[in-house]
Amino acid sequence: MNDRIARLREESFDTRPSFSSERARLTTEFYEEWQGKVSVSVLRAMNFRNLCERKTIYIGPDELIVGERGPRPKAVSSFPELNCHSEEDLRVLDSRPMTSYAVSEEDLRTYREKVIPYWRGRSMRDRAFAEIPQEWKALYEAGLFTEFMEQRAPGHTALDGSIYRTGLAEFKAEIARSRAALDWASDPGALDKDEELAAMAISCDAAIVFARRHAELAEKMAATEPRAARAAELRRIAEVCRRVPERAPRDFWEALQMYWFVHLGTITELNGWDAMSPGHLDQHLAPFYERGLAEGSLDREAAKELLSCFWIKVNNTPAPPKVGVTAAESGTYNDFTNINLGGLGRDGSDASSEVSFLVLEVLDELQLLQPQANVQVSAETPDRLLAAACRVIRRGSGYPSLFNADEVVAAQVGMGKSVEDAREGGTSGCVETGCFGKEAYLLHGYLNVPKILELTLNDGVDPLSGRRLAPPSGAPGGGPAAFSGFEELYAAFERQLAYVVDTKMRVSNYLDRMFARYAPAPFLSVFIGGCIESGKDYYDGGARYNTDYIQCCGLGTVTDSLSAIKKQVFEDRRVAMGELLAALKGDWAGREDLRLLVSNKTPKFGNDDDYADSIAQRVFASLRSAIDGRASPRGGTYHIDLLSTTCHVYFGSVTGATADGRRARAPESDGTSPAQGADRSGPTAVIRSLAKLDIAGTGGSLLNQRFQPAVLAGEEGVRRLSSLVRGYFKLGGHHIQFNVVDTETLRAAQKRPEDYRSLLVRVAGYSDYFVDLDKHHQEEIISRTAQEAF
Amino acid sequence: MSAGLVFDIRKFSIHDGPGIRTAVFFKGCPLHCLWCHNPEGIAPFPELLRRPERCVDCGSCRKACPLNLDPARVAGSAACRGCPDFGACAAVCPAEALQLVGRRMSAEEVMGIVLRDRPFYEESGGGVTFTGGEPLAQGEFLLECLAICRAEGIRSAVDTSGWAAEELLLEVGRASDLILYDLKVMDSERHRAATGLANELILSNLRALARQAARGASAGIYLRLPLIPGINDLPGDLEAAAEFAASLEVPLEAYLLPYHDSARGKYRLRGEAYPLGSVSAPAPERMSAAAALFEARGVPVSIGG
Repeated sequence: MNDRIARLREESFDTRPSFSSERARLTTEFYEEWQGKVSVSVLRAMNFRNLCERKTIYIGPDELIVGERGPRPKAVSSFPELNCHSEEDLRVLDSRPMTSYAVSEEDLRTYREKVIPYWRGRSMRDRAFAEIPQEWKALYEAGLFTEFMEQRAPGHTALDGSIYRTGLAEFKAEIARSRAALDWASDPGALDKDEELAAMAISCDAAIVFARRHAELAEKMAATEPRAARAAELRRIAEVCRRVPERAPRDFWEALQMYWFVHLGTITELNGWDAMSPGHLDQHLAPFYERGLAEGSLDREAAKELLSCFWIKVNNTPAPPKVGVTAAESGTYNDFTNINLGGLGRDGSDASSEVSFLVLEVLDELQLLQPQANVQVSAETPDRLLAAACRVIRRGSGYPSLFNADEVVAAQVGMGKSVEDAREGGTSGCVETGCFGKEAYLLHGYLNVPKILELTLNDGVDPLSGRRLAPPSGAPGGGPAAFSGFEELYAAFERQLAYVVDTKMRVSNYLDRMFARYAPAPFLSVFIGGCIESGKDYYDGGARYNTDYIQCCGLGTVTDSLSAIKKQVFEDRRVAMGELLAALKGDWAGREDLRLLVSNKTPKFGNDDDYADSIAQRVFASLRSAIDGRASPRGGTYHIDLLSTTCHVYFGSVTGATADGRRARAPESDGTSPAQGADRSGPTAVIRSLAKLDIAGTGGSLLNQRFQPAVLAGEEGVRRLSSLVRGYFKLGGHHIQFNVVDTETLRAAQKRPEDYRSLLVRVAGYSDYFVDLDKHHQEEIISRTAQEAF
Repeated sequence: MSAGLVFDIRKFSIHDGPGIRTAVFFKGCPLHCLWCHNPEGIAPFPELLRRPERCVDCGSCRKACPLNLDPARVAGSAACRGCPDFGACAAVCPAEALQLVGRRMSAEEVMGIVLRDRPFYEESGGGVTFTGGEPLAQGEFLLECLAICRAEGIRSAVDTSGWAAEELLLEVGRASDLILYDLKVMDSERHRAATGLANELILSNLRALARQAARGASAGIYLRLPLIPGINDLPGDLEAAAEFAASLEVPLEAYLLPYHDSARGKYRLRGEAYPLGSVSAPAPERMSAAAALFEARGVPVSIGG
C-alpha cells in the first residue's frame, strides 16, 4: 500500500469509535416542528433532507473518496425515532470495557435536555413494547429468541448495478412517471402511493444536496491548499461530487463515490440491519476499470488506491450501538457490509475479473475490520481466483468467506425468483442469501432451538428461573420423565417449537407493520426494483421479492442432545430419563460419569455419522415445517436461516445443561457448525454431515472451520484448501469460512492484548478483532475444534 | 473374504501421498523400528490402552468385565489374555480411559468409510493410503481393499516397509497406484539393530518392484527415508541410499522425512520407555545437505511429505 493509504488506514485503525448526538438532535428538532403536518412518508423524506442539508460534513487530509456518516470518522449516529438511548445507556457505552463508544458531556446534555424528553414514549421501541403481549415477553426475556427490529430497521440490503447506469435525476424522472400513471379513479391506494413517491423524489434531492455540499467544501479547501497536487485532488473531488449521485458515474472514481453517497444516504435515513452492501462490487466496477485502462485514464495502482480509500471509508462507520440488555448479544463495531466477488453474470457465465483480484489484494493488505468480503464460487469460477482467495484466508483474518454461487442461485430460484435475478443476487450481512437490488429480505431474530428442547424436557417451565413459559408438554399424566419413547418426546418438542414460533411470529408481523407505517425508507426504496413501479415502500412490500427469515441457532447442540437421549435413554437404556433430567438440573454435579457417557458414547453431528446426521435432518425438517412458507405481512413468506452470528454465546448463557454433555450457560453450537469439539473425524466428515441438510431450502447456513496454520502451508496447502471447498460445494454446501490460527497465538493474545490489536479472527459471518471480543467469545473460538492433518 | 485388523482410519490425511486422503492403519508389523510413530500398530492383535488420568471411577468397566477383574487397573495386562469378550470394558467406559486398539473389519466395511470422501479425492487428486503397521502383513485383506478401489475408481497408495514376499509385493504394486516405500538403513546389520530385521529382502524387493514399474505394469514409487541422527546418517549412509535410489530401473521420487519425537507421548501411555532416548531432530541444513546427495544423482527429492 502507498503512503496515503498507510496514513488513512492507520488513522482509521487508531481512531476510537465515538457517539454523535448530531443526527438525534436534528431529527428531534425536525419532528418537533413537522410531525403531524405531512404524511409519514413525506415526513421521513423531509427529515432525511434536513439531515443532508445540515449535518456536519467532513473531508479529511489525503482522502479521495469522501463522506462520513457522522460529523467525523468513526462517529456513529443514533436513531431515537426507533429506540432512544437513556443517559445510563450512553454512560455504559462510554465506559464498558468492550466495544465502547466515546460519549461527550455535550452529547449527554443534548440527550438529557432535548432527545430523551421528546422521544420517551414516542420511539418505535417504546410504543411497540407497550403493545407486545406478555407471553412474548416471557419467552423473549428467557432467551428463547431475539427480535431484530426492536432496535434497528430491517436491512440486509444489497444493491444491483442500477446506480452505475442511472443517476438520481433519472430515478426522479421514473418516479414522476409512476406518479403520473396513478389511477386515482379506481385505485384506493393511490393517495398512499402518491405520498410515497413524493417522498422518494424528496429523498433523491436530499442526496444530491449532500453531495453538492461536499463539492463546495472541497472547492473551498482547494482554494487555500498550499500543495498544488492536493489542491488538484480537491478540485477533482469537487467535480466528482457535482457529477454523482445526480447523474450516472463516468469513471472508476465516480463509480465508487456514487455508491458511497448512496450507502451514506441509506444509513443516515435509517439504521438498517447489516448496513448496506454494494453487492457484486467487482462486477459493477469492472466496466469502469476496463474502460479506464483502455483510455489510459486509469492504471492498476490508481484503481487500487481508490478501492483502498473506499475500504477505509467503510471501516470508518462502526455499527450503531444498541440499547438495553441486548447489547450483550452482538457486541461488535462491525456493521456487516459484505462485498461479493466472483459469482455469475445474468447469463450464467463466470463474472470474475481483474477487479476481483484487485479487491482481494486490498482486503489482504489493509486487514481492516470492515467491509468484509466473500467470494461466490461457482463451478464456472476459475481455480486462479479460488487459489487467490485461499492465500488471503491462510493469512488468518477470516476474510474472505466462501459461498457456493450455484447453491445461492438454486436457493433463490427455489423460492420463486427468476434465474437471472437470482444470479444477480448473492450474500449480504453474514451469510444471508438474497436477490440484490430487487428483494426486501428481513431477518426477524434468532431462535434458541436447544432451549426449546429444554422447555420440552421441563414441561414448559424454564429450569433456570422456575417460570412457566409455555404450555405443559410432558407425557400425558406423567411429566417429562414419563415419555414412553423417543417419538413421544420428539412430538412434544415439535409442539413446543410450534408454540414458540407462533408467539414470535405474532410480534414479528406486528413490528413489520410498524416499520411500514411509521418508519418507511423512501430513499432506500428508490434503489430497490419494484418500489418505484408499485409506489410502495421497501418496508411495505414494494420490492419485487419479499422474504422473511427466522434464524435458527444451535442445530449441533440440539441434534447431539436428541441423539444422546435417543441412544442412551431409549435404545441402550444406560440411563433413565428421570436420572438424566436430574443430572441436567444439577448441571452434572456429581454425575461426571454420565456427562462423559453422553459426550463420548453418543453419535454426534459433524462426523459423517448417519445416526446423528439423520436427527439433524429431522430437526431441520421440523424447523422448516414450523416456519417455511408462512405468509408475512408484506406479501412474502417466511423461511429459515441457519446462522447464529454471536447469538449462540448469548443463547448458551441463558440455557441450562444439555443432554449432549454441554454444561449450563456454556455457548451453544454456532450456525450450522457441529458443537464445539464434537467433530472428531476431520473437516471432510464435517462437510459431509452438513451436506446432508437441504441447505438450498434456507436463506443461509454458516460453517466455521478452524485450521492449524501448518495444515495449509505452501502451495500444496492452497490446493488442499481449494479442493476441500470445491468438494463441499460439489456436495451442495452453501458456506464455509476459516480461522487459520493456532491456539497458542489466541492464548498469547488473551495474555497480551496490546501486542495483538490487529489480530482479526472469524467470529460468525464476519471477522472481528480478537482482543475486542469478550472473554466468552474468545473462549468459544478457542474451543472450536482445530482441524489438524494426519 | 477375510477380515482385517485395523487400528485407525483417519480422514483428511495429507502426509501420505498427494491430495486429500483417507489413511487406513493396518495393525501388525514384522519390524520394530526404534523410532516407530505408531507403536500401537506393531502387535498383530487387538490391545487395550489405559489412560488412568481420565478415569472417573464409575465402575462401568468392572460390571462389563467377563473375568470379573478391575479393568481400570489391569486392562491390557496379562490378566486379560483369553478374555472371551476382549474390549467389552472399553466399549462401556464413558471417560475413554480404556480404549480398544484394533478392530476386525471387512474390506467392504473399511472401503465404505473410505468411499464417503470420494468428492474430496476427486477434487484434490487424492485417494486412500493403506498404512500401519505393515499393510502387506495382511496381504489378502489388502488386496481385497485394493480391488474395491479399482472397481470404484479410487486412487490407492500403500505405505510399506517392503518386508513381504516378493510375489505379494509385486501383486500389490500391480493392484495399486502408488507405493510409499520406506528405505531405512542401508547397512544390513545396523538395519537389524534398528528395526529387528535385516534389509536384504527389503532391498531386493524394491529392485523387483522398480523393475516391474519400469515395464509400466505397476504403481509409481515414492521412496521415503526418515532421517534419524545417529541411526542412518553416519558417514556414507545417505550416499549409499542415494546411490541405491539412482540405480533403480525406474525414475522415482524421494522424500526425506526429518525425524521428530512426537510419538514420545504414545510410548508413555503404553507404559513403555521411548526407545530412541533423546535423539533430536535434524537441523534444516542437514536436511538440505542430504537432499543435495539425491539431486546430485538425478533423483528428484523433497523434504517432508
